[in-house]
Amino acid sequence: MTEPLQPPAKKNPQLRSPLAFLPPVPRSRAALGLTARAAEGRFALQQCAECGAVQYPPRDACCKCLSTDLPWTDQPPHGELIAETTVRISPDLYFRNQSPWRMGTVRLASGVSVLCHLHGDVRKGPVRLALLLDRAGQGTIMALPEQEVPNMADDPQLRELGTSPKHRRVLITDARAANAPALVRALLDAGAAMVFVGESEGWRRWPGRAALDAMERVEIVPLDVTDSASVREAAGTLGGKTDILINNAVFLRPGGALDRSDTVFAQQELEVNYLGLMRLAQAFGPAMRARGGDGINSAAAWVNILSANALAADPTHAGYSAASAAALSLTQSLRADLRGGGVRVMTVLTGPTDDEWYAEAPPPKLAPRAVARAIVDGLERGLEEVACGDIARDLVERWRQDAKVLERELAEGAGR
Amino acid sequence: MTRMPYDGVVLTAPFTVPYQRYSNDAAHFWAAKGLRGTLDAAGLRPDQIDGFSVASFSLFPDTAVGLTQHLGLGPRWLDHIPMGGASGVVALRRAARAVQAGDADIVACVAADTNQIDSFRKLLTAFSRFAMDASYPYGSGGPNANFALITDYYMSEYGATREDFGHLAVAQRANALRNPNALMKTPLTMQQYLAARPIADPVALFDCVMPCAGAEAFLIMREDEARQRNLPFARIGATIERHNAFAEDPVQLRGGWAVDVDELWQMAGCGPADMDLVQTYDDYPVISVMQFEDLGFCEKGEGPAFLRERDLTVTGDLPHNTSGGQLSAGQAGAAGGFIGLVEAIRQVTGTAGPTQVADAGRALVSGFGMINYDRGVCSAAAVLSGESA
Repeated sequence: MTEPLQPPAKKNPQLRSPLAFLPPVPRSRAALGLTARAAEGRFALQQCAECGAVQYPPRDACCKCLSTDLPWTDQPPHGELIAETTVRISPDLYFRNQSPWRMGTVRLASGVSVLCHLHGDVRKGPVRLALLLDRAGQGTIMALPEQEVPNMADDPQLRELGTSPKHRRVLITDARAANAPALVRALLDAGAAMVFVGESEGWRRWPGRAALDAMERVEIVPLDVTDSASVREAAGTLGGKTDILINNAVFLRPGGALDRSDTVFAQQELEVNYLGLMRLAQAFGPAMRARGGDGINSAAAWVNILSANALAADPTHAGYSAASAAALSLTQSLRADLRGGGVRVMTVLTGPTDDEWYAEAPPPKLAPRAVARAIVDGLERGLEEVACGDIARDLVERWRQDAKVLERELAEGAGR
Repeated sequence: MTRMPYDGVVLTAPFTVPYQRYSNDAAHFWAAKGLRGTLDAAGLRPDQIDGFSVASFSLFPDTAVGLTQHLGLGPRWLDHIPMGGASGVVALRRAARAVQAGDADIVACVAADTNQIDSFRKLLTAFSRFAMDASYPYGSGGPNANFALITDYYMSEYGATREDFGHLAVAQRANALRNPNALMKTPLTMQQYLAARPIADPVALFDCVMPCAGAEAFLIMREDEARQRNLPFARIGATIERHNAFAEDPVQLRGGWAVDVDELWQMAGCGPADMDLVQTYDDYPVISVMQFEDLGFCEKGEGPAFLRERDLTVTGDLPHNTSGGQLSAGQAGAAGGFIGLVEAIRQVTGTAGPTQVADAGRALVSGFGMINYDRGVCSAAAVLSGESA
């Protein structure tokens, strides 16, 4: 039985903050395929294109027929736990701190044996498998109970492999964004200890402020991502207690590159979507990276909500697509920077949202609640890549299949 | 095709460099000590050997090649054997054939490793690609965790108990107390074995070897050469070697020996009951039990019952790992793949001193190595006999 996770005790400021150690990082190139699938929350292994044999550990050639064509293929996430141990002594600093650590051998129906982490409620017999990123951001396999059990997510090993908001403090950067109320609600429901919501230009009135301000465990704080001093000031107050940062600040105006004769909107789009992220990263990144090992409410995740057109431009939103692409690129660098502290960076790619700036876009459009759900789910599973909604998923899929074909498809309807 | 016997080739000049828990010196230092020891034992100069075989984990960035220049050797036959616990028997197999074929006259086989503080952790983090990708990130227990899973599976499959494994560990400690070079110096009781600190359940402290620095070495030459030099020698009755056997087994319950065991005894012209002593590869007791089973001493799964009835000490009815084995003498890296072989040469040549088994004529030596992912991949065995046997 998993014990319910208790809120963290008050920190003793005289003690040194626990360091963020990482589990072993090195992997072969083939094994990074596991990491890539874990980042999306898929359970996939290599499967030989010629003879169909499932391979594990990841290989460069099939151990049955020597084919070198081993595509990653989704597998039934089920197996049987046949041997187990509790590692009590490890020379690795991360596992020394996490000790004892349960692991075992799970036999898959496909005939491969998988060494994996074990959830505390798993016993020998049937198990469900999940491919999860560990604190080093590398894909690892964990055996979970077949059925949901009480307090399942509170298992210490499973929690290490996720970035759950439970008992953590979250900063949402833009209170005025359409998705802010739904995000706050979803995070509180997921057990967040506190949600800070950034508000720029506090003198401007806006609907919904009173409702947000009245909520328990919610605090509206001054924060303008286009103002370096404001971001620094907010980090000065909140930097040491921001466990999860969700950057939902966005600015966009529809229009192609030739639709205007100036760069005013393009600059504003870069100011908010790209430079805003840069300012937040510079101000909040170092403190979060330093607090990656800080116990139950350690710094855990950074979430960027971006247009899926960061991957391939929508010519009817030329400036916004470009700014989103810049932000996506910076997100990748930020991920590398925060990795040393065990802090996850999650990219949430969205399709057209249901608001005035996408009035011309045909449905389906993304509802704020759907974005909030996807983010909380992604945090709980510790994902790095989330495509939110049918349009974003479809676009990511097409981009993977053929980026050039997608570019041509997206060009339809533009340039008239 | 029937395999050619090892007629006319012998093993001689067994030498053990006393182990140290930690050493500041490099593997090259330990290899030199081992090589000089075996040469001195045979009264040879370095320029009198023309074959050199090396096993080591800690020579990096060197291999046997770098060691030739480092030690000033000019061999016409050179081998490097990265097979850990199987490297002794494998070195023997290759060198013996080289001498038999005339490619070399005298081959020095040396296994040497250093153990600097923290070098064991570094070895584990990059032991093999599969271990790095798919085993070490899961708790980083190293071989303790791998063998815990194998032991757990073996216990649940065959009903073995911790006492069964303790029986081996306790007997080996008794043997080690006769060996002045063994790192473990105090007696071990079954109660102490059972009450030991858990390391990776069900593996506890006395199931684990102690990494250390050390070297083991011996020479292979023609029998007439050994006689001419008046060196006591051991003959090779039979050998086997196998890699990645039973890859489909969900967890390792048997090793490659089980594939080749009939050939081993057929070639040797004798059987398990004829062995005066047995040297298994004992990085964990469970794997020694498997070797008794797979090498024909008893049926699969009956190892615990078979061994329970036997006295495994030097003076017992089935002397086993007479120098204390790795469990009680220490695991000097790749030299752990030589410890049983070098001791067996001493035994059948009657030069084992305090650990000498009375009338030791025939010995079985078994090697096992390289937990590449979830199981040991390399297995090997050899039957040796003394001049008189």
